[in-house]
Amino acid sequence: MDKILLILKREYISRVKKKSFLLATFLMPILIGGMYALSIYLSVKDSDEEFLIKVIDESGYVGNKIEDKGVAKFEVITGQIDSVKTDVEQGEGFALLYIPELDLYKPKGIELYTMQTPGMELESDVDDAVENALEATKMDNLGLRQNTLDSIKTRISIKSKSLSGEASTAGSSTIAMAIGTISGLLIYMFIMIYGSQVMRAVMQEKTSKIVEILVSSVKPYQLMMGKILGVALVGLTQFALWMILTFAILSIGPMLLDVDPQVAADAASGVSVAGNSGGNAQALEAMDKLNDVLGEINIPLILGAFLYFFLTGYLFNAALFAMVGSAVDSEADTQQFMMPIMMPVIISMMMLGPVLKDPAGDLAFWLSMIPFSAPIIMMVRIPFDVPTWQLILSMLIMIGGFLGTTWMAGRVYRIGILMHGAKVNYKVIFKWMMSKD
Amino acid sequence: MNILTINNISKRYADHQALSDVSMAIPKQSIFGLLGPNGAGKTTLIRIINQIISSDAGTIEINGEPLNPGHVRVIGYLPEERGLYKKMKVGEHLLYFAQLKGLKKKESITKIKHWFKKLDIPDWLDKKVEDLSKGMQQKVQFIGTVLHDPELIILDEPFSGFDPINANIIKDEILELREKGSTIIFSTHRMESVEELCDHIALIDESHKILDGPKKDIKNSHRSQTYLVNHLGAMGALDSHYEILGTNKLEDEILETKVRITDDSDSNLLLKHLINQTKVVGFNELIPSINDIFIQAVKEANNG
Repeated sequence: MDKILLILKREYISRVKKKSFLLATFLMPILIGGMYALSIYLSVKDSDEEFLIKVIDESGYVGNKIEDKGVAKFEVITGQIDSVKTDVEQGEGFALLYIPELDLYKPKGIELYTMQTPGMELESDVDDAVENALEATKMDNLGLRQNTLDSIKTRISIKSKSLSGEASTAGSSTIAMAIGTISGLLIYMFIMIYGSQVMRAVMQEKTSKIVEILVSSVKPYQLMMGKILGVALVGLTQFALWMILTFAILSIGPMLLDVDPQVAADAASGVSVAGNSGGNAQALEAMDKLNDVLGEINIPLILGAFLYFFLTGYLFNAALFAMVGSAVDSEADTQQFMMPIMMPVIISMMMLGPVLKDPAGDLAFWLSMIPFSAPIIMMVRIPFDVPTWQLILSMLIMIGGFLGTTWMAGRVYRIGILMHGAKVNYKVIFKWMMSKD
Repeated sequence: MNILTINNISKRYADHQALSDVSMAIPKQSIFGLLGPNGAGKTTLIRIINQIISSDAGTIEINGEPLNPGHVRVIGYLPEERGLYKKMKVGEHLLYFAQLKGLKKKESITKIKHWFKKLDIPDWLDKKVEDLSKGMQQKVQFIGTVLHDPELIILDEPFSGFDPINANIIKDEILELREKGSTIIFSTHRMESVEELCDHIALIDESHKILDGPKKDIKNSHRSQTYLVNHLGAMGALDSHYEILGTNKLEDEILETKVRITDDSDSNLLLKHLINQTKVVGFNELIPSINDIFIQAVKEANNG
């Protein structure tokens, strides 16, 4: 055990000190933070800018009801459309909004004249403002008041429960889907990136011929395990640093940009910052909905399961990668053996769609029981609530799975690392696996 | 007293027999030459002693105890195929080797510094392995092998790739280690270093041990009563006790003739007989070199 620790320590330190590791670890959060900062900056900047829009209302429905909305400020004027057009051309105001005489219930022919093409935000703000004005006119005609309308509005959130009562399906499957997909993807990336690092490390030890010196001091199995665990720890470190740094950047970033964090958060979640009362109500509604859904999703379970499948999925595959690394003499030889390892992982990624469609179906069930696909598929299913027995069974299968692959890999490894220049194919690998000590 | 006893070891790989019923004993504080052609089974035997692989049959004892994982600590092994981590610093690397053998950190550092001084290596603890010359890397590997003061040092082709100066330094270290009580098993093709260093040898060919014992005894048993005679003027026919194996011309009219005694006659009688035949200027027994013995033994084994 001491020796596994020594090997693990060397593997860990030599990797964590590498420039490529430091670069990837620190660049990623900065990249995410930078994109985030950019989006905040842009939304905050946009909201400062205002566009003056001259309104000529020939219908009589809009002029006295229109209110400033978002970046659009309105000025109702009377005058000839052509002379106002000229004024706008000369820089008096950004645009001319022309409302012709129209049928209140079939409004047509409204036009916006500008010198520069208006941004999407402005266009939608103008749209909203005119709609609000027309609606207000209709309400007046019907004798309705805004607060009457507000009091009619009802908001509910239905929680669907399965008949067994133990599991509830998340109210909004979109968020569950996002969480599932992201965790599945992360596990997939982790397995691929760090699995092939294990393979390369084993191969380098073999080709640099250091391995025979090492196995005269430690058992080949200890050497392999130390390496696999060392790389796992590197991966976890990187993941933890990404989390911490991203979080730090996201919370410190807005301060540096001199933006109210609440505003920044709103901006980032796509909620209009300078919205009017209607906008705020919508935003609040969206936030409530999000909170509801998040409340229904079991965050500790997801985090715990993520770590568990993250690790077991990696261990299961890393052993196979180590096996390939020990058998070959050069990177080029790895190709033929990589296929059978990569294929199941890639197939599980391709199965994400079908599984998301029916997270409790047969396909989803079986894929989450096969150790090759279980880490990815199970993580996709968990936000949709998986029966406890299935989760536990899948977890046990993963333990069995990686004990199995490690055993297999260990047997091939002990012979493979000492074989130079041997022509290796599946038959040879199988023979190594079966040969006695 | 034997440090290592090998009893009836056999090992079979899938497609060939690597060792067949090999037994030998390695005396304490000796330099033991393990010889044999390529593919004879030397490396397999060494790997079995190092517990890298296990034997199919037979037993091995170190200091009278059956081989067990604890023995890793008392063996230092320099394989023929050897390398270092290129990106690691020399000091860290040696420390890693020492710790894998079970040494404490502090102790290891003292020993590393001691060996650096001894082998005349500048303070390179912080230098990366890849920045060292090949010869220096080999010195580092040698230090890695002996750092934990192993009782039994196994060197597989230790001189391959060494320049003559460094080879000599290592040779001196090997002799000194023996003086201090270590036993060295030495596997090589370089017969001149066997001749020079080894006290005992064993010869393995095609998985069988075909010869072993103290070098002196082996050489004696391979003496063939043959003498090299340097003489001036032709040598006449000799009587029936002796046989002329051949004559070479040396410089200054001196001839060299190989003469073998065919019966129980001895060197004095031969010399007496020769004096009457020619003018003898030199007379030496032809003692077979290890190289000759090696080639002869392998030939005999293959024919028999």
